[in-house]
Amino acid sequence: MSAHASIRAVAIAAQALGVRRLLPLALMACALSLPAMRQAGAAATPGGPVVDITKFAYAPKDITVAPGTRVVWINRDETPHTVTGTDKSFGSKGMDTDDRFEHTFDREGDFSYLCTVHPFMTGVVHVRKP
Amino acid sequence: MSTQDRSRLHPITRRQALACLATWTGAAVVWTVAGGVPRALGATRGDAPVASSTDAFTFVQISDTHIGFRKEANPDVVGSLRHAIADIHALPQTPAFVVHTGDVSHLSKPEEFGSARELLQELKVDRVHTVPGEHDTIDDGATGYLRYFDHDGKNRSWYSFDQGGVHFVGLNNVLNFKLGTLASLGDEQLGWLKSDLAGVSGSTPIVVLAHIPLWTVWEPWGWGTADSAEAMALLRPFGSVTVLNGHIHQVLQKVEGNVALHTAMSLAYPLPAPGQAGIGEPGPVTVASAELAKVLGTRRVEVIRGRHELALVDMPFEGRRA
Repeated sequence: MSAHASIRAVAIAAQALGVRRLLPLALMACALSLPAMRQAGAAATPGGPVVDITKFAYAPKDITVAPGTRVVWINRDETPHTVTGTDKSFGSKGMDTDDRFEHTFDREGDFSYLCTVHPFMTGVVHVRKP
Repeated sequence: MSTQDRSRLHPITRRQALACLATWTGAAVVWTVAGGVPRALGATRGDAPVASSTDAFTFVQISDTHIGFRKEANPDVVGSLRHAIADIHALPQTPAFVVHTGDVSHLSKPEEFGSARELLQELKVDRVHTVPGEHDTIDDGATGYLRYFDHDGKNRSWYSFDQGGVHFVGLNNVLNFKLGTLASLGDEQLGWLKSDLAGVSGSTPIVVLAHIPLWTVWEPWGWGTADSAEAMALLRPFGSVTVLNGHIHQVLQKVEGNVALHTAMSLAYPLPAPGQAGIGEPGPVTVASAELAKVLGTRRVEVIRGRHELALVDMPFEGRRA
């Protein structure tokens, strides 16, 4: 579970059971998840995995990442493209020039995707434990 | 669009129209007529009587307007559409209607559809028939497009109608069903086409409107329709079929038996020739601003019952020498 997800889970539990009783627990969970948050933030920095959409292709076309990694796509073309998972588990809106789309891959597997505007454009994200 | 809608939403003033015309620097030039191949439209018999001129009608094809596009290849696509509208109004014979063969928007945004619809309502013709392009169906298939361009209120992006003895069919061939393949029509639409054509006699001329070419022009760029063979099999038995496509932003023709297929110029920007050497992808081509008016334009189609040719006249904004 990512840091964001764990905080959300605690918040939902707090709402359900009464905030006051669970407040110390919530604070503790926040403190515990701080390092995890920093880690998640690092993945979204420019040094993280970025797939460029350029010249009607995803570059790189195949990437392999660890579970929990956020992948960023940036459209460098003058033509709109999308990043649309073939299993519909993730998908961007139409991306104009310089638009970004991000998705965090939590579970292992091979996630193929295409551009719905140009369905000959395809790519795959392989999610593997290191 | 109903006649009532059109008269209500006619914001262009006489002065604006004249201003547009004043900037139109060249006469429309015929630079290709059906690729040099005369196409039978009307009775297939050689002795068919020539109909009176009152039987003749014309319509205009425009395509690939890409409202919302603002890049260097054409920073003013609205101006280009207005130029086309002025050209159409300057024609000696008022066309019966105008067809727009796809990519009316650039990013399928509601404001792009809305703006496109308003601009097309400036056309002083009875109707505008549109079919969707892949730029019109980016986020949610044809749903967003149909909010603005539902032809017959059936919430469906394919349809047919008859005019002057000609059967017109509008298709949506930008649907995606499979990873990494060409876009397609799909079984539901092919089933509809089969039943639609079942009621049409073999001697009735047919005009098909679809965005992507209904033949494979260049597969690596997606310039073709995955299941076009199924559609062609349904069209082949008819004596005269004319297919009008857009998508590739340039004029190409192909003839297969009684079926003539034609792509049209764009109103936005040129694209490379199919598989053009040195260009790896079908992105917008930026040309010198003086050259742009030579590669954008409209197409006038003349239909004369009983005559043997369907005359297609491609009219760039500025004439080019053939």
